[in-house]
Amino acid sequence: MGLGTAEDTATEGAPVLVVQHLSKSFVTKKGAPALLALDDVSLAAHRGRVTGLVGADGAGKTTLIRTAAGLLAPTGGTVTVLGLDTFRDAIEIQRQVGYMPQKFGLYQDLSVAENMTLYAELQGVPMAQRPERFQKLLRMTDLTAFTRRRAGALSGGMKQKLGLACALIKSPRMLLLDEPTVGVDPVSRRELWKIVYELVEKEGIGVLLSTAYLDEAERCHHVVLLHDGKKLDEGPPRKFKDQIRGRVALVTPPAQIKPRQIQNRLAGRKGIVDATIRSGRVRVVMAQEGVQSLARAMPDAWQPTIQEAAPQFEDAFMALIPHREGHFQIASRSTAGPGADQDEVVVRTRDLQKWFGDFEAVKHLSFEVRRGEIFGLLGPNGAGKSTTFRMLCGLLSASGGEIQVAGHDLRRAGARARARLGYMAQQFSLYGQLSVAENLTFYGRAYGLANSRLQERLAWADAEFDLARWRNTPAGQLPGGYKQRLAMAAALLHEPDIIFLDEPTSGVDPLARREFWLRINGFAEQGVTVVVTTHFMEESEYCDRMLIMSQGASLAMGTPAEIRELARTPERPDPTIEDAFVALALGEVAPRGRATDAGKAGPP
Amino acid sequence: MSRAALFFMRMRGFLRKEMLQIYRDPSSIALAIILPMVLLFIFGYGVSLDAEDVPLAVVLDDPGPEARDLSSRFDLSIYFHTHYATSITEAEAWLTRRQVEGIVHVPEGFAADLLNGREARVQVIINGVDANRARLIQGYSHGILQKWIEARQARGEPALRPPVTVAQRVWFNESSVSRNFLVPGLITLIMTLTGTLLTALVVAREWERGTMEAILVTPLRRVDLLLGKVLPYYVLGMMGMVLSVVIGIFLFGVPFRGSIGALFILSSLFMLASLGFGLLISAVIRVQFVAAQISIVAGYLPALFLSGLLFDLDSTPRFIQIVSYVLPAKYFVTISHTLFMTGNVWPLLLPNALALAFMAALFIGLAYRKITKRLDG
Repeated sequence: MGLGTAEDTATEGAPVLVVQHLSKSFVTKKGAPALLALDDVSLAAHRGRVTGLVGADGAGKTTLIRTAAGLLAPTGGTVTVLGLDTFRDAIEIQRQVGYMPQKFGLYQDLSVAENMTLYAELQGVPMAQRPERFQKLLRMTDLTAFTRRRAGALSGGMKQKLGLACALIKSPRMLLLDEPTVGVDPVSRRELWKIVYELVEKEGIGVLLSTAYLDEAERCHHVVLLHDGKKLDEGPPRKFKDQIRGRVALVTPPAQIKPRQIQNRLAGRKGIVDATIRSGRVRVVMAQEGVQSLARAMPDAWQPTIQEAAPQFEDAFMALIPHREGHFQIASRSTAGPGADQDEVVVRTRDLQKWFGDFEAVKHLSFEVRRGEIFGLLGPNGAGKSTTFRMLCGLLSASGGEIQVAGHDLRRAGARARARLGYMAQQFSLYGQLSVAENLTFYGRAYGLANSRLQERLAWADAEFDLARWRNTPAGQLPGGYKQRLAMAAALLHEPDIIFLDEPTSGVDPLARREFWLRINGFAEQGVTVVVTTHFMEESEYCDRMLIMSQGASLAMGTPAEIRELARTPERPDPTIEDAFVALALGEVAPRGRATDAGKAGPP
Repeated sequence: MSRAALFFMRMRGFLRKEMLQIYRDPSSIALAIILPMVLLFIFGYGVSLDAEDVPLAVVLDDPGPEARDLSSRFDLSIYFHTHYATSITEAEAWLTRRQVEGIVHVPEGFAADLLNGREARVQVIINGVDANRARLIQGYSHGILQKWIEARQARGEPALRPPVTVAQRVWFNESSVSRNFLVPGLITLIMTLTGTLLTALVVAREWERGTMEAILVTPLRRVDLLLGKVLPYYVLGMMGMVLSVVIGIFLFGVPFRGSIGALFILSSLFMLASLGFGLLISAVIRVQFVAAQISIVAGYLPALFLSGLLFDLDSTPRFIQIVSYVLPAKYFVTISHTLFMTGNVWPLLLPNALALAFMAALFIGLAYRKITKRLDG
């Protein structure tokens, strides 16, 4: 199924949730100023409709949902659910709503059926109704075959569906879902949405759901856009998109130009709100109408094709949220291509295997990465990306096969290979109590930089990552985007030839993600090889080539265009990477680019 | 459905869940059953406050038969292993090198003094580094000397001067086996582990794994939560108690002179106080690591060192004695020592039982007040 946009403003039922002037602040430390998570937010959710809370991390989505569930007491304002006040009548509300927290709330040691029974008992579902109810929920969530399996042994997507089944155990009148699709593979995401629509249409449940995936906003009937605890705007997705009609352009690069070069040129320019790479083209959101004026921002020789495009929710989001000052601009725009030794292979694996006990986490993986390439490892959580990655960096030993990094066999010359690579871990791995400058100095010394060389690189980091004004701030107190910049600066301090980035954009808001990719593009243009993992399918558009993984094995490998091509059908003339992933995962198209084809698909 | 029926349904669901979790999670079984057994074996076999086969140097500067008669008493004692030195200098060298722990020195003229009715001296030197052990060795050697004098008197031989005899008798722990004292005390420790540490851990785990957040948004009441956590771990802790008592009585041969009923009621009070303390910790601390640290520092260690389990509280500084009054373990150690070795001495048991009942009510009451259905307290 495609993007279901069911905008239905005609049948506004009675509101099931009314939030009025809600404020919520948290006192983190005695004496410290309270953190204002929600600031005077008002909204309503209706039965038979999906209301989406959309916003970046830290926007206040979870706080709002928890307040509606009676888990948090409002600092100011009121929240009423089904006519009951969440502060005074929490128990009564909890009898009538279903709630799924971000971690799903499942007992790992209990089986699927036992988890469901527990919630049925807690919710007081009469014995007589249970067999029928369970059967229905199991059928809906496709878990019938797994009732005896422990929740801990389910895949991410199955856990999420079981969490949903438990929240639905008593046919609630309202369903609260806190980021239900985060970290789940695209197939499971689509299935979850199907279930949600069914509930809304057939049973008339009111759903309040939060999401950081902007494409999911289009699937809601009504969207509330939160940013930094404030409501920026609300309305049906169409309203958001109408606001920027005529301001969105698709730039198709001519054959000799990479989309990345066009994006680098346009991003951050005055009058341009957003520039991203989509399906081999550059999508541009402008501050004003008149997309043809874009041609003037590019060299005449490029002669790109510029078309106006139908706005998407994400375009509207980027146009609406306030762009913070010092928004990233590429400092040195290199128009020259990468260095001459472009064909040099810097990472090579052959038949790479990893066993954990009798579990095969990585199955016979073979691929090559060339100098100056951005190579993506894609796949849902648990696909084996991080394991592969750790083997490439020498953090885990391989159970079988070969790995060569920068010409060294990692099994024999680990230390020599490691001196030439930079690694940015998924979790923030800097010292929170040390200042920015102290962290960088430490990492510089650890890599053997000293004296004038160290000073030179520190100055470079300050300039390149705009860290100068945070020099003396403890790393733990940096705003999210700057933490990521610092981590990246530390990984690049010793000028590695190859950088490994493990989920660099998870938990980072859309603005910071864009900035990150622009910077990565810049490094690749300078000849640095980038190997990156991500579970955001759309981010793979920034890669030169990618390897899609699922359950430890390679599903496909190739350029973004080649991967998209796999999913092209008459009904779907313009597929996305996500479409391709879904088609591959469901077996609609044969996997390709595996072992024997390894490395044949070169950079475009 | 009636409110009561709904309540029982919720409790049934909650208790079944806890049972399955305990049953399937090796760590709670280990903490509740395996660890107590390990502790029992370590304390039962490994830690002994008794002295046996103490190496002892004997120096006989008087070659007479009286001296030989005395030294043979040391040879035959199970407490000592004798080594004959040719001179006191040699014996002192052994003592310095810790090859022996004491010296019995019978000086020249011992027999003559004895026969002439003068004061006959025997010198006993003991390594006093470990004061407790030194006192034990001193006691044993005095006992042997005493027995020897009694035997001589019985044979009608001249009495020693001054003819003062010390009449010693040990009550309750007649054979003075420290195991009889340690094992009943250990039960206190084991119940503290299950009641406080395990309970604090399992609740913190629910916070960490996000399951607490999900069950809070159900019609579960605070009292359901409290009961749902108290009942299963009460049963588990009592099982640990029964296991320890059975091992203590049948494997280690510790006497049990009280009644089973009294043990059941009084240990239940202690169990509830421990559980209440564990729940109080878990109501405030939501991270397993910190919860474990606090339960060990505030629950386990005081129960081990400040409850009178290992050391007699009367000989500790006043300050420690005052602190010990707020420890449930102190009261239960007294109760368990009494029940095992003395019997149902209600005048002694009752005040301790009342203190435990008060503490159980206090901790559970505080935990109930601190348990919240909200995340922000």
